[in-house]
Amino acid sequence: MIFKFVAIAASTSLICASALAQNLAIQNATLFDGETVREDATLVIRDGTVVAWADDDRLPSGLEIIDAEGAWITPGIFSAFSQVGIVEVGAEDSTNDTSAGQSSFGAALDLSDGFNPRATSIDITRIEGVTRMAVAPSLGSSLFGGQGFIATTTGEPGSIIERRAFTFINLGEGGASISGGSRPAAWATLRAAFGDARAFPTRYLAHSEGDALGRMDAEAFTRAARGDQLLLIAVSRESDIREVIALKKAMSNLQIGIIGAQEGWMAADALADADIPVIIDPYDNLPGSFAQLGATQQNAARLLDAGVTTAFAYFDNSSHQARLILQSAGNAVGSGVDHTDALRAITSVPADIFGIDGAGRLTAGSLGDLVIWDGDPLEVRSAPVRIFIDGVEQPLESRQTKLRDRYLKLDESERPLAYKR
Amino acid sequence: MKIAMRLAVALSAATFLTACGGGGQDTENETNGEQAEAFDRDPYPSTYTPYPSGAVLLQNATVYDGVGNVFENYDVLLEGGNIAGMGEDLDAGDDVEVIDAAGKFVTPGIIDNHSHLGVYPSPGVSAHQDGNEISGPVTAEVWAEHGVWPQDPGFTRALAGGVTSMQILPGSANLFGGRGVTLKNVLSRTVQGMKFPDAPYTLKMACGENPKRVYGYGGGRFPGGAPYSRMGNVAGYRNSWIEARAYQEKWDAWEADGGDMPTRNLELDTLAGVLDGDILVHMHCYRADEMAQVIDMSEEFGYKVTSFHHAVESYKIADVLAEKKICSSMWADWWGFKMEAYDGIRENIPLVHQAGACAIVHSDSDIGIQRLNQEAAKALADGRRAGIEISDADAWTWLSANPAKSLGIFDQTGSLEIGKDADVVLWNGDPFSSYSNAERVYIDGALMFDLEQPDFTPVTDFELGQPGEGDLK
Repeated sequence: MIFKFVAIAASTSLICASALAQNLAIQNATLFDGETVREDATLVIRDGTVVAWADDDRLPSGLEIIDAEGAWITPGIFSAFSQVGIVEVGAEDSTNDTSAGQSSFGAALDLSDGFNPRATSIDITRIEGVTRMAVAPSLGSSLFGGQGFIATTTGEPGSIIERRAFTFINLGEGGASISGGSRPAAWATLRAAFGDARAFPTRYLAHSEGDALGRMDAEAFTRAARGDQLLLIAVSRESDIREVIALKKAMSNLQIGIIGAQEGWMAADALADADIPVIIDPYDNLPGSFAQLGATQQNAARLLDAGVTTAFAYFDNSSHQARLILQSAGNAVGSGVDHTDALRAITSVPADIFGIDGAGRLTAGSLGDLVIWDGDPLEVRSAPVRIFIDGVEQPLESRQTKLRDRYLKLDESERPLAYKR
Repeated sequence: MKIAMRLAVALSAATFLTACGGGGQDTENETNGEQAEAFDRDPYPSTYTPYPSGAVLLQNATVYDGVGNVFENYDVLLEGGNIAGMGEDLDAGDDVEVIDAAGKFVTPGIIDNHSHLGVYPSPGVSAHQDGNEISGPVTAEVWAEHGVWPQDPGFTRALAGGVTSMQILPGSANLFGGRGVTLKNVLSRTVQGMKFPDAPYTLKMACGENPKRVYGYGGGRFPGGAPYSRMGNVAGYRNSWIEARAYQEKWDAWEADGGDMPTRNLELDTLAGVLDGDILVHMHCYRADEMAQVIDMSEEFGYKVTSFHHAVESYKIADVLAEKKICSSMWADWWGFKMEAYDGIRENIPLVHQAGACAIVHSDSDIGIQRLNQEAAKALADGRRAGIEISDADAWTWLSANPAKSLGIFDQTGSLEIGKDADVVLWNGDPFSSYSNAERVYIDGALMFDLEQPDFTPVTDFELGQPGEGDLK
């Protein structure tokens, strides 16, 4: 049964790299549309986008009809934080473009320059249901990590849909240690950088150095500093979070999002008041550093209860295991988060945080990213059976499935396994 | 005696583990009074004793006994710290606390045979890096228990995840990293207060990238010392085994002939303990080809590898591992963080199981240890999608029985069988679901964690007076 799906997907994939999006109707779905769950739903996708969905059977002609038989259908999962595609093997520096400690540039580092759609992690992430992702520098990167981007997981050239989608700032303990040795040093640097970016290019007419940023970094930081681009700030400790809230109050035009926020629940009301969205890993429940002594798996439920816009991500090896966002969301449900809220936190909410119109939803006008599941998407035992991105069916193969298929039977009676593929 | 022990090494894993399971040292003392006087083999003994417990009847549960069986509407009686009864409609005598477990699940406590809790505790500050004695490639003389901080908050999170025993290992920087220690997950003021009584000692060894990176590349001081390559790794192990053999022979001769007592060497004490069959080898090894090399080396020197750890390529030689009766301690899906983890696949665990080899789900992580049941669930489901049919009940062997065997404690724990330690978890739903939590955790029959009663959530000294003290975790 499962192999049949794989075979269909594989044969489709040969065409779909160049094919137009399929026109299809999916019936009898348990449909999560990005906001709510509907039973016996019908979904119609044409030319790569959702054109309508209705509960009746009157469908336009010329559509491939898929009977979901009650299966769960969700928007493609949106990974709110990952390094997928910018590193092949974590410990091999030659393949790792997640951080650039030796570079004299910071905000000007454009992560999309390092994106390799052929990276093996792309297929491996996609076949677990992730179709779009925000790719950011690693949490251990410099104070100014650079410019993150948004990509699909088709693994095709041109799969970056927005370059320089956000500026990544690493404050708190991480930023302190790399910007002079203290939080005050990190904040002084950041404030100076705002001055530099807001005064760009005037300040740089005579010379190329500002108070904190060189010419290129100042230029790159301009959009975020003027409120035209998302500023994603990594902080954990309550006091650091409140400093960021104060920053937003002082510069109200900034579009700030917080990533990490392990002690976010301790400042939940203030985050909600300031309308600052957070990206958290619901797993985080250990005092792994002095900046997160209040870490608890209740963080997610408490933030949501307070009305904070909350997306989930998986922080532990987010280059190769970004796919575990679903398990992470399932565990949030186990810790008191509403099932539908958890689904939102990995679909429509991150799409909104990053301003990607039409992603993370399956309502009229949405992108044709969808996943048909063999069970409840947030259960660890479930997996996708069919995946579409922009209406194009995606292969369910990866380097890992090929290794698996080679070694399913250890039979070398005729030839070495190296001949089997 | 020594010959008998070596013969045991050559026998099957089950025999080996039974022969050495906690009894090795005692047997030695009984049959060789002279050596028992020569030096104390257990100078840091366990002071753990079970906490008081009343009789508890877990009633009408779905029960995985941990050795491959599932029972519906079943009762489990905990009494006197042991599993005292199992069956349908057990009579609850007077003074038995009856817990309605209808719709809930009862399993043996989870045993993680690869943890660094205590030696790499939270918070992960520089003062807490006690897991790797990086000062040299061969540090078989160090013991993990001497670096365990019993106030690591990670122990409490693991307890909430249903973990009742665990092996704390030194890290994998060294060829020989030192001795591991097996703990009951009962908080104590001292490490000795957590030590699993009579558990055999273990030795951590490491293959591959880590030793050659840490030493050969010398932390940036090129050229560093040996080993610089996988060749150097194997030469390093072999040189040490040759030394250990000579040391062992010196002691054997002294035991037989008397004379001046040989000078003790802590490093060689441990290695000779392996050659004697008293100390179980747990070896960090990712690649299939390296595991095969290590197997040959173990036969060259007459010892046995009990379990390969991480073992992301065990699926490539699952037939060999089954034949040699060597366990694999594995993650469900970690891969790609280094070259030797590049070929990790989601079906590693079920493929090893299917080949008839001993499969273990391990964590090597203070996060992963909290949901090993889910890691087993992922592997089980991925295996089924690949056509590998394994029952839920069989999959629980990965979580309790097999790790217990790998630690030589299966006579005491690791399954729900009459007379064994009452190390038991009551789950509030199917433990292979993302949504289920351990509701009650019993260790030796004593209630050590209760999801519904905040008083039964331990708080370490470190977390006292800190944000989140006593919070739900």
